[in-house]
Amino acid sequence: MSNDINATASRFLERRDLGQWTDADQAKLDAWLNESAAHCAAFWRLEAVWQDADRLSALRSFKPQTAKSEPRRDIWPAFRRAVAATVVIAAAGTAGALYLLQPQGERYATPMGGREVITLFDGSQVELNTDTQIRIAPGKRMAWVEKGEAYFQIKHDAAHPFVVQVGDHRIVDLGTKFVVRDQPGRLEVSLVEGKARVEPLNNNAAKPAILTPGDVAVATATAISVTKKTEKHLASELGWRRGVLSFDYTSLADAVAEFNRYNQKKIVLASNAPAHLTMVGTFPINDVELFGRVATLVLKVHVANQGDKIVISR
Amino acid sequence: MGETFEFNRSGKPASAGAAMAASDVKQWFVREVLPLEAMLMHFLHQNWRNKAEIEDLRQDVYAQVLEAAKNEIPEKPKAFLITTARNLLIDRIRHNQVVPIDAVNDLDELNIAFDQPGPDRAAIARDVLRRLQAAIDLLPPRAREAVLLRRVEGLSRREIAERMGVSENTVSDHITAGMRALADIYLGEAAELRSGR
Repeated sequence: MSNDINATASRFLERRDLGQWTDADQAKLDAWLNESAAHCAAFWRLEAVWQDADRLSALRSFKPQTAKSEPRRDIWPAFRRAVAATVVIAAAGTAGALYLLQPQGERYATPMGGREVITLFDGSQVELNTDTQIRIAPGKRMAWVEKGEAYFQIKHDAAHPFVVQVGDHRIVDLGTKFVVRDQPGRLEVSLVEGKARVEPLNNNAAKPAILTPGDVAVATATAISVTKKTEKHLASELGWRRGVLSFDYTSLADAVAEFNRYNQKKIVLASNAPAHLTMVGTFPINDVELFGRVATLVLKVHVANQGDKIVISR
Repeated sequence: MGETFEFNRSGKPASAGAAMAASDVKQWFVREVLPLEAMLMHFLHQNWRNKAEIEDLRQDVYAQVLEAAKNEIPEKPKAFLITTARNLLIDRIRHNQVVPIDAVNDLDELNIAFDQPGPDRAAIARDVLRRLQAAIDLLPPRAREAVLLRRVEGLSRREIAERMGVSENTVSDHITAGMRALADIYLGEAAELRSGR
């Protein structure tokens, strides 16, 4: 019985939420509510939770202002539309050597867990993720990522391509939006829209790769290979800009590694932890304790909070 | 919506003089009673064997609590809620022709401590986002996707249907199922997660 009542209550609520709610609809709802206290209880209960759920939209507020006030219909196209080009760069320690040779530009850095948006002279913006260092050439469309990860929103200018150097590779914006991420020994560039070129600084090394949307280039010291990723996958990788980490059948080991990039309080996997089990979900980026509690529930692991760290075991 | 309401399920005229404003009853229910749902569910699970009936029981407890509140708002919601639940369980047993021997673990133990002060409201408010996040994460994947697209991204039924590659009716099904599951987790289980800190 309560199933039917709840189903009816949720149908009313879902339709009202769509915004095409007429007086006749309201009259129907009122009549139904007046039929019994059970109807009121069911409807008010769902309504209260549904209204609270609106707070989830707070997660959107981390978006940089470049998204303007245009209606946010869709995370992905919204940031796609926002600027002419988007680049995310993450660099590993390997980039340091190059920087020493080119000690120019202004330096910006974020601590672990930090995030900062920098606006460049041409209106392009760079958003630094956790534990990141970059250098920007004043008055030039040129930047170096020394460490960490950054999201570039580049105003396109065909005559002056924006160049981002990471280690011994560079990314040349050809009127695009793309994501670049470097892990030790490898640079990853994911193209969101348009076109970009990834090339080694040394012409004798691997051949340049031209990327089209969805392409992911992985560049190592000797080769550049290209594969495809889904839009959803790329979007979830940018969750940090909204203050969240999104996992989509991500292994526990990888999820833990992601959290540890952002938080002083580390998650440690015991040797018997089921590191290969996968999880799906979105978490506040700085809430390792919540992650631990959900892991307990979903993966049936044991989670011990030891003050400065969290240990996950079977 | 009307300012006052009457429950006429039993055909009894509502007592005109004492009726509380519907908005007051609703506000009281949402603010004082719903946050106790985790405790109520815990109580019902502890004391009722047939888990299939628990959702019905919760619904009946709420209905009775609201019936009472329309005449007078109970001063101690926690005590009132649990007393109502307890009486309901006892009634159910009495009305069953065959008493299920183990339907109730021990009715005398139903007097669980319900006078402890709850967490303060500010703490609850700070926790809302965190609890929602935890609850959302526990939804079935399709329902979660539909709920997030609707509630966070504000997409229409049609836009969600296009995104998910399903019909608009299916989107409605996912969203309504998501709403119900979200309420169950958010009010019931997520709060238990929270108390396990």
